[in-house]
Amino acid sequence: MSTLNLETLKTGDALADLTLPPITRYQLALYCGGSGDHNPIHVDSDFAKSAGMKDVFAHGMLSMCFMGRLITRIVPQSRVKSFGVRFVAITWVGDEITVKAHVCAVDQEAKTLTLELSCVNQKSETTLQGQAVISLS
Amino acid sequence: MIDRKHVGHIFPAFLSTIEAGRIRLFCKAIGETAAIHHDAEVARKAGYRNILAPIAFPTTIAMDNPNPRCIIELVDVDIGRVLHGEERYEYFNAICVGDQIMTELKITDIYDKKGGALEFVVVALSMCNQLNERVCDIRRSLVVRRPQPRNTVGAA
Repeated sequence: MSTLNLETLKTGDALADLTLPPITRYQLALYCGGSGDHNPIHVDSDFAKSAGMKDVFAHGMLSMCFMGRLITRIVPQSRVKSFGVRFVAITWVGDEITVKAHVCAVDQEAKTLTLELSCVNQKSETTLQGQAVISLS
Repeated sequence: MIDRKHVGHIFPAFLSTIEAGRIRLFCKAIGETAAIHHDAEVARKAGYRNILAPIAFPTTIAMDNPNPRCIIELVDVDIGRVLHGEERYEYFNAICVGDQIMTELKITDIYDKKGGALEFVVVALSMCNQLNERVCDIRRSLVVRRPQPRNTVGAA
């Protein structure tokens, strides 16, 4: 794990993107089992179509996991005080997600740094918005 | 409208065991390759009891609820109208392979927007480990879309 020197980060600094390969049906099947979320709408295209969707789509939580990967790639997990997301748009099978992050606040008194994160798809549409508070001490 | 009497409802707590195989499959699914999530020796050298669960794993622990649909059943809405709105973790202690996690689940708020077109059910989950340490709180917001009225005044 290559961790950053958190002390040197300042408001507005962007972190390196995490670019994911296209979401496959195989990945959705693995996440269905691994996460315990067995809703067929994510893995069974017959079911998804009968529910009025064009195809299966990713669990929102899978994108939150991608965001989590970016966070813990740059800071030790024990430093993360909180991490929250808002689900904004559907991620379809085949979509290519990029996770972006920048520093939105540094609080020297509380010794915390706040990251603002987003997942965007290949059309530059935001699918997930997130925020994480990191302890500096 | 969802009955506001459900605010404050506490569901039965449930126990989960954090299994190594489940962490392995979870990591495979999300593409997480960091050694601390795969190798017990690496995790121990970093000060953990055992392999460290990834940062977004607590939601998976919450799926161990013997009745995963308990909230939807209690507030009596069709699952097809329910969307996951928000998920937020507050972390207190690490979750590692072998841990026994007790999860408590409570409805903390129900409110509506857009004149009732959208209703929000806010749920708080609280997780403690076998050492009676608080490990993680989750705040989850579920969005319930109201069905469109089929007949409006003046419609043909």
